[in-house]
Amino acid sequence: MAEFTLPANSIVKPGKHFPAPEGATNTRRFKIYRFDPDTGENPRLDTFDVDMDNCGPMVLDAMIKIKSEMDSSLTFRRSCREGICGSCAMNIDGSNTLACTMSLEDIDGEVSIYPLPHQPILKDLVSDLTNFYAQYASIEPWLKSDSPAPPDRERLQSPADRERLDGAYECILCACCSTSCPSYWWNSDRYLGPAALLASYRWLSDSRDDATGERLDELEDPFKLYRCHTIMNCAQVCPKGLNPAKAIAETKKMMVQRRL
Amino acid sequence: MAQSPSPRPLSPHLSIYKLPLTALVSITHRATGVINSTALILIVWTLAGAAGPADSFGFVGALVQSWFGKLMMFGFTLSLYYHFCNGIRHLFWDAGHGFELEAANRSARLTIIAAIVLSVITWLVALL
Repeated sequence: MAEFTLPANSIVKPGKHFPAPEGATNTRRFKIYRFDPDTGENPRLDTFDVDMDNCGPMVLDAMIKIKSEMDSSLTFRRSCREGICGSCAMNIDGSNTLACTMSLEDIDGEVSIYPLPHQPILKDLVSDLTNFYAQYASIEPWLKSDSPAPPDRERLQSPADRERLDGAYECILCACCSTSCPSYWWNSDRYLGPAALLASYRWLSDSRDDATGERLDELEDPFKLYRCHTIMNCAQVCPKGLNPAKAIAETKKMMVQRRL
Repeated sequence: MAQSPSPRPLSPHLSIYKLPLTALVSITHRATGVINSTALILIVWTLAGAAGPADSFGFVGALVQSWFGKLMMFGFTLSLYYHFCNGIRHLFWDAGHGFELEAANRSARLTIIAAIVLSVITWLVALL
């Protein structure tokens, strides 16, 4: 059942204030969610006044600056800093996105940074994505073919068949979409969520895959697929501009079509 | 591996999320569904009262004619039209159309405008 409020151990308390260095004239305030598993205390919201005269343009730049110069214990995932690895997915200014591709210029006033919503938190902005990855694994994201692979070349596909995968294969599994979805918040134990369902559609629409029937059978369930109510948060936040809601609708259509 | 001393907290969700228009329209669809079901019970109660003896007819008539009664009726009209218009939007989605972000945002605005316009027209026709 949906729990609209946070459990007692998750309520965010006021945190520490880290002032800007002496002499800084161009400062900006960052409010960042912190949780230290070693203290047993509730999460808190820390305030950092950052000297912007010496800071890169992206949210991730500011976070790295905070970690380097103000509080080295600030913990977050990041790697490629160019929107291809999906590590730095988090909730910035009330919406899920990648810290590395989110420009500070596009945010008004204070910058609020929280972990991906409705996830178990390991430390600060690092959430436990075990369930998310398990759901991805559950859709069996690999080619299943009845015919043996040709010995001398790849499995060929017509350009038109290949085109059907556009918009479905580019997902970087950052989890922005799934953790933006209210339906996923309330039912992530049973609803697969937009990311896994987009990945599932990628294989359903692959002309080389022969397991379409089995794959659809797996999704025939009140929760796995049908908890999508077209709220559209997934498509609104996807940093790659993909549209999981559309992929889910196409999957629902396949469910109907195979019965006609 | 050592267990952490406290169970993992749940990160904030509804309280910190800036819901986009499509999400607000979606939750309103659900709310108007509940309102429509509840209002239908009240409508049946009103009709039963109107079909009853003179004193119950008078009471129901006065209630519906009062500003409060009219406000409730207008609210129900709005709720009904909203749910109807957004229902049509869902039918298009079920057929696989209108998923592009721009289209979804536009149809969300259209749902709100259409519900208001249809409600106002209905009441103008009813009152004039």
